[in-house]
Amino acid sequence: MQLFPCPFCGPRDETEFHYGGDAGNARPDGAEVPIERWAGYLYLRGNPKGTAREIWVHTSCGEFFVMERDTVTHKVLSSTAFGGEHAA
Amino acid sequence: MTRRYSALSLFKEGLAGQTGWKQAWRSPEPKPSYDAIVIGGGGHGLATAYYLAKNHGITRVAVLEKGWIGGGNTGRNTTVVRSNYYYPESVELYGLAHRLYEGLSKDLNYNVMLSQRGMVNLCHSTAEMEIGARTVNAMQINGIDAELFSPEDVRRVAPIYNFSPDARFPVFGGIWQGRAGTARHDAVAWGYARAASRLGVDIIQNCEITDFIIEGGRCRGVQTTRGTIRAERIGMAVAGHSSVLAAKAGFRLPINSYALQACVSEPVKPILDTVVLSPGCGVYVSQSDKGEIVIGGGLDRVPSYAQRGNLPTLETVIAGLLEMFPIFGQLKLMRQWAGIVDVVPDSSPIIGESPLPNLFLNCGWGTGGFKAIPAGGTLLANLLATGKHNDISRPFDLDRFASGRLIDEAAGSGIAH
Repeated sequence: MQLFPCPFCGPRDETEFHYGGDAGNARPDGAEVPIERWAGYLYLRGNPKGTAREIWVHTSCGEFFVMERDTVTHKVLSSTAFGGEHAA
Repeated sequence: MTRRYSALSLFKEGLAGQTGWKQAWRSPEPKPSYDAIVIGGGGHGLATAYYLAKNHGITRVAVLEKGWIGGGNTGRNTTVVRSNYYYPESVELYGLAHRLYEGLSKDLNYNVMLSQRGMVNLCHSTAEMEIGARTVNAMQINGIDAELFSPEDVRRVAPIYNFSPDARFPVFGGIWQGRAGTARHDAVAWGYARAASRLGVDIIQNCEITDFIIEGGRCRGVQTTRGTIRAERIGMAVAGHSSVLAAKAGFRLPINSYALQACVSEPVKPILDTVVLSPGCGVYVSQSDKGEIVIGGGLDRVPSYAQRGNLPTLETVIAGLLEMFPIFGQLKLMRQWAGIVDVVPDSSPIIGESPLPNLFLNCGWGTGGFKAIPAGGTLLANLLATGKHNDISRPFDLDRFASGRLIDEAAGSGIAH
């Protein structure tokens, strides 16, 4: 069992966390968004091998946060409170 | 030299001291250029090369594999072959794969040990039985064999299931596909490799792609750890590593990579002669020809490129297995492993030209790539040979994510894959 660090609750079991997608995936704004841009926002992912910046939610306290993680070693590099990374 | 496998050649070689067997496939040095390059020496890549040669007469083909052939998900799956899908597009696709599997040993002159022992998807409530009936109806309308099983039918094919009155997941019935079964996964890779090599395809192992050659906005070849190799048509079938290659080619894919685990027990005497899947328990199980109980379940919940898997998912799978078959509580697990699978939002594959012209995709099979190998190979070969879709591959193009014409099998057939 791996422990993930919640910025609010400290280290907890990985089963308490839920993956929420790429950090920095900004939602398009405005009336004239091309269809490819919407598809990109909804579906396309970086899916990096190695260091990844991801949104996670700690389902116990309900807080979203940003976790930097290595997707090969599973080592957690940083865990910080969510600061509006989805904004453009 | 004995090239063809048969009872007669086995007998002759027995008399000749087994000295005449020829290497199953050649290991040539890479040439500077080919008519087509296939990246990925798993089942899909090797099948692509074979069908390029067989169906289209294109034999100047290289399969480039960074490790050894069949060492990725082809050697890490639970060997189940089935086509119990809901949407007509999926039925065309997986139905093609299933039919090709049925003739594969003869086609390749290599025994892939297809065992059509049938598969039952269990239903654990009246609501699940209603959905089961809907799935069976859809399959029958689409021309795929399917039968709605009663509890007595399930008891007949899987008598060791937990039918006790206090079972956590009681059986209300099930979806039966009699043509489903298992095949020897390594043999599928080796059989395609041998057959492709005999038709002139170069299988090049330990050859990792480091970059794409892009000239005039089109893909013209690849840089590899074994030198530069050029071709006008390049296909990639690299499953969980598709996003890594896509990044080198300058685009993104609608894929998240996850570890999918499986495990086998010690070998025991024959006790389960069919494939049993319980969506409620999140487990499917069969018994291998060697006697091992082969156990698979759902994805790990953490995106990953680590081919090992996390403990919580393994615990969930084993807990589900023991709900289904308390008798397996005495078994010892012999091996556990994981493969990295390419999960797409609608749980259907991506087959078609990539945003980089000349580079073609065969990916997104998620947890269900093994059963689809003959179809994935046929369709990617067709794309590489003609540059165009056929009716079967067209719905699975990458453009469905912009057009919104998704083929949502996770919702359609209720099979998490």
